[in-house]
Amino acid sequence: MNSISAWIIEPFQYSFMEAGFLAMILVGTTCAVLGSYVVLRRMAFIGDAIAHTALPGVVIAYLKGFNLFLGALVAGLVTALGIGWLSKRESVREDTAIGVLFTGMFALGILIISTTHSYRDFSAMLFGDILGVTHGDLLLMAAITAVVLIVIALFYKELELTSVDPSYSAVVGLKADWMRNVLLVLLALAVVSGIQAVGVILTSALLVTPAAAASLLTRNLLRMMILSAVFAVSAGFIGLYASYYKGVASGAAIVLACTGWFAMAFLIHIVMRRHRNSSQG
Amino acid sequence: MKMPRFPYSRHRHGPPAADTPALQCDGVCVRYPGADRAAVHDITLAVPQGSRVALVGANGAGKSTLLKAAAGLLPLERGSLRVHGSKPGGCCHRVAYLAQRGDLDWRFPITVRRLVLTGRYVHLGWFRRPSRDDDAIVDRVIDLMQIRDLADRRISELSGGQQQRTLLARAMAQEADLLLLDEPMNAVDAKTRQVVADVLRTLSRAGKTIVAATHDTHELRVDFDEVIHLSCGCTDHAGSIDKVAVLNPVDGLTASVTDTP
Repeated sequence: MNSISAWIIEPFQYSFMEAGFLAMILVGTTCAVLGSYVVLRRMAFIGDAIAHTALPGVVIAYLKGFNLFLGALVAGLVTALGIGWLSKRESVREDTAIGVLFTGMFALGILIISTTHSYRDFSAMLFGDILGVTHGDLLLMAAITAVVLIVIALFYKELELTSVDPSYSAVVGLKADWMRNVLLVLLALAVVSGIQAVGVILTSALLVTPAAAASLLTRNLLRMMILSAVFAVSAGFIGLYASYYKGVASGAAIVLACTGWFAMAFLIHIVMRRHRNSSQG
Repeated sequence: MKMPRFPYSRHRHGPPAADTPALQCDGVCVRYPGADRAAVHDITLAVPQGSRVALVGANGAGKSTLLKAAAGLLPLERGSLRVHGSKPGGCCHRVAYLAQRGDLDWRFPITVRRLVLTGRYVHLGWFRRPSRDDDAIVDRVIDLMQIRDLADRRISELSGGQQQRTLLARAMAQEADLLLLDEPMNAVDAKTRQVVADVLRTLSRAGKTIVAATHDTHELRVDFDEVIHLSCGCTDHAGSIDKVAVLNPVDGLTASVTDTP
């Protein structure tokens, strides 16, 4: 028993591990709660796009000596609003607009990296560096978590109505586009904090996978958000322990732990459905 | 009249003017964004307050388009459309619109009761939570539509008729003066048909105006006071109904309202 608790406590003697755990609580909660809307509103692709397109923002900010978060945020917002602007014209469909902007921006990021002849500096951006979280990063993540949770609480009923029935909400004067833009801005914020944990390539996993797992186990939005946050934060912890004891890449371990939760939820879902069907018939 | 910038708010726009028709169209022409030709060319009609009007006609005759334009979902290309004297979208709380059932995301995790409650949101506006009065209104319409036993179910579990009753319950929870219903009787069970017909009659007696697009010419005489036929040159044949508007969106681009004996 003692050895187990020692095993659990040991990483906490290092302040970088402690910061990592704190960061995962914040990032996991933000991404998982917002991810519930991403999954229910089928916005997984746009979430992925916003994460990827943050790359040129981060790279430029790094090279020019700005705050990396600021760079990611600006790039994410440009993408989010750019997709809306392009697809409003009706001549380009939204998924096409996403596909074009997303790859273009990501390629731009890679191109700028290649001009510096050093991919090593940028591996943290691509794959995340949860163990390199600073005190300032933690404060910013906490602020993002607070903003995301408060905005969702304030606009809960509007998000609900525009998600379930956009045409009725337009009739009562609530434009679905407004709420969509609110969500996109929140997504850009969540992505900014997710990048620190798992990097631009894998951030959408934090948005989609825990919420997708939760959606298989409950049909109640609030419960789905809570369960999804539990999945994301616990996956973050599993990833951190794996990284500490086995020396594996933390970002990848976190994402794989999320995938594991999803696999488990999927199995439970299937068993529960079988059980229900057999008890009914 | 200046349109309010954020019509979704608890601020009311005053009682409806008694002398204006609930819905008035003059030469209305509507085209879907991006479409080559207009879906509705030239519709002129007036729906007096408190009447029950059926819009009939074949697929593509423009029934849904006209309802969407009246609900403020589609912009007008030409002509004028007034809802209780205001522009479409200018008095949201007063107009309820029941879309065809396919317009909703039925898989979204929300209970029947909660969906009915969304009918109150237009009266709440931003940041306000439903009050006890709103809950009482929701309870009343849930009983009226006979969906009490479904109230705590997810909307994903409903049958077609139950979905329709839920949507009509929401439209009633809004306490609108004009109800725009797109195919309320389409593919519903006998019970739903009966409940909907009863409720429309009750609403009409309470002075509400109902405009419904329908394929179902079956029970027109019982359920509606008036039939307006939208088509390409067809005339209406429901002799017992007072007024028939013969609309010709393709050939002559004319519309007329004629009295039949």
